[in-house]
Parts: sequence; C-alpha cells; structure tokens
Amino acid sequence: MKYLIKAYWWKPLTVFLLIYTVIGGFLMPVPRLPILNETIRILHFHVPMWFGMIIMFAFSVFYSLKYLSTKNFIYDLYAEHLVNAGVLFGILGIISGMVWANFTWGEPWSNDPKQNASAISLLIYFALIILRGSLQNDHQRARMGAVYNTFAFAVLIPLIFVLPRMTDSLHPGNGGNPAFGQYDLDSDLRMVFYPAVLGWTLLGFWIATLQIRSVNLQKQLDYE
Amino acid sequence: MNKIIRLLFFFFFFLGHQIIVRSQSQIEMADDFRGEGKIYVVIMVVLLILAGIFLTLFWFDRRLSQLEKQIGDKK
Repeated sequence: MKYLIKAYWWKPLTVFLLIYTVIGGFLMPVPRLPILNETIRILHFHVPMWFGMIIMFAFSVFYSLKYLSTKNFIYDLYAEHLVNAGVLFGILGIISGMVWANFTWGEPWSNDPKQNASAISLLIYFALIILRGSLQNDHQRARMGAVYNTFAFAVLIPLIFVLPRMTDSLHPGNGGNPAFGQYDLDSDLRMVFYPAVLGWTLLGFWIATLQIRSVNLQKQLDYE
Repeated sequence: MNKIIRLLFFFFFFLGHQIIVRSQSQIEMADDFRGEGKIYVVIMVVLLILAGIFLTLFWFDRRLSQLEKQIGDKK
C-alpha cells in the first residue's frame, strides 16, 4: 500500500487495462450459449467487482492485523479505506448482478444462495462502517474496527465460497464443482476476463489511495 | 473399394447434415447489430465515460500530490 501510494506506473496501467476490457469485452468472440446469449459479456464487468472486493477486503484484514500488532494508525487508515472501496465494489456488483439476473433468471432477486450470502456479507460490512462512525475515541475506533474487520472477513469466506456450494445455486460453479472449469470459461473469455479483474481491482485501489492520501493530508494539517 | 466409397459418402452426408442443423439451431446473438457496425457506437460512448472518470481521477491525483508537496515544504 505504501508502495502503491508512492508509485505512479500502475495508474496508466489501470487505464490501459480498462480500455482493453471495454474494447475486448465488446468485440472479442464469445461462446454462443442459450439463455445468456450476448449478455455473457457482462462477465467482464460484474464478476471483477466481486474479485476486486474480495482482494481489497483481504488486504484490509492484513492491515487490520498489522495495526493490532504495531498500533500504528496509518495501517488502520489503510484498512478503513480499503473496506470503503471494497463495499463500493460490492454494491456495484450486487446491483449489476440484479440487472443481469433480471434478464437471465427472470427476476432481479431469486433468493439464490449466493445472492443472499453476498447481501448478508455486505450488511456485515455496513455494520463495520457504522460501528467505526459511532465511536469517538481514536484508539477505540481503530481497535474495534480492526477486530471486527478480521471477524467479518472470516465470516465472508464461508458465506460466499462455501455455503452456496453446499446447496443448489443459479450461479455457475455452485451446487457442485467450482466455477472456472473448462466448461464455464473458455479461452476467448479468459483473454479479457483476467486483465479485466486486474484492471478493476487496481481502480479500486486507486480510489482507496486517493482517499487515504486526502485523509492523511487533513491529519497533518490538524497536527500543526 | 465400393465399401470405402459408401463409407465416405455417409461420412460427408453426415457432416453436411450436421453443418446445416448447427447453422439453423444457432443461438441468437446480436450479429446484425454487430454487422451494421453499431457496436462501435456503444464502445465509443462507454470509452468516453471511462475517459471522463479517468481524467477526474488523474486530476485528483495531481491535486493531492501538489498539496502533499506544499505541506512537505512547510515542514
């Protein structure tokens, strides 16, 4: 994170990857599948939201634990804003998923296990943001936030990755074997999908670093 | 020899039959839309919006760098 804040090269890379995602995502050949038809291209925009969210939450937990062991407030700042950016991605993911589901599954919310689980996990993270906002003491806020964040992530993993696979789900790769098998994602899709995941994730980190830097500036002004 | 010709005949008959069946039962995609070149309009619009977002992000980035430099100089 400290490196990302200082370095600049990954910002043009983000721009390049996302432009490639849009051009490639709309123009590259895609498998012709029933029901999905042309909407399979949403894969390059909806799924990276969730990948980005998970990656940002994982980094956030890393910094929360680092805060708890060092009590350095900068790590708490990283953790807080990575969660904020991750929640933004999660909200976008759930709304884009509902738009997609309305076309393919017939209704925006079909109580699919994965839909419900991701809604619950978003609520858990909303609670984290509210908890942080309600505490006045800096040390208390940082410590509670870090502990809650760690537990929230520990709940998120089974909610999103384990429980939907134990029942029948409309999401591909659930109710049985994991997604990204050879039938789910062909090589044409992978050509765009992996750069798309990287690009969108970097965009989330970019947003987070901007917020971290501005809050850091404010803190420096307050100390003077 | 006769047998081979007959086998080949059946093979090509089957192949041709498959091609016809496959092309008829092809899944509906936005092929016409692409053929007319309208997809490029969509891509242009999305890229324009993305460009606007990126310009804003770069602008914020530069502004923050300037402020960081100013505060650093002060100290």
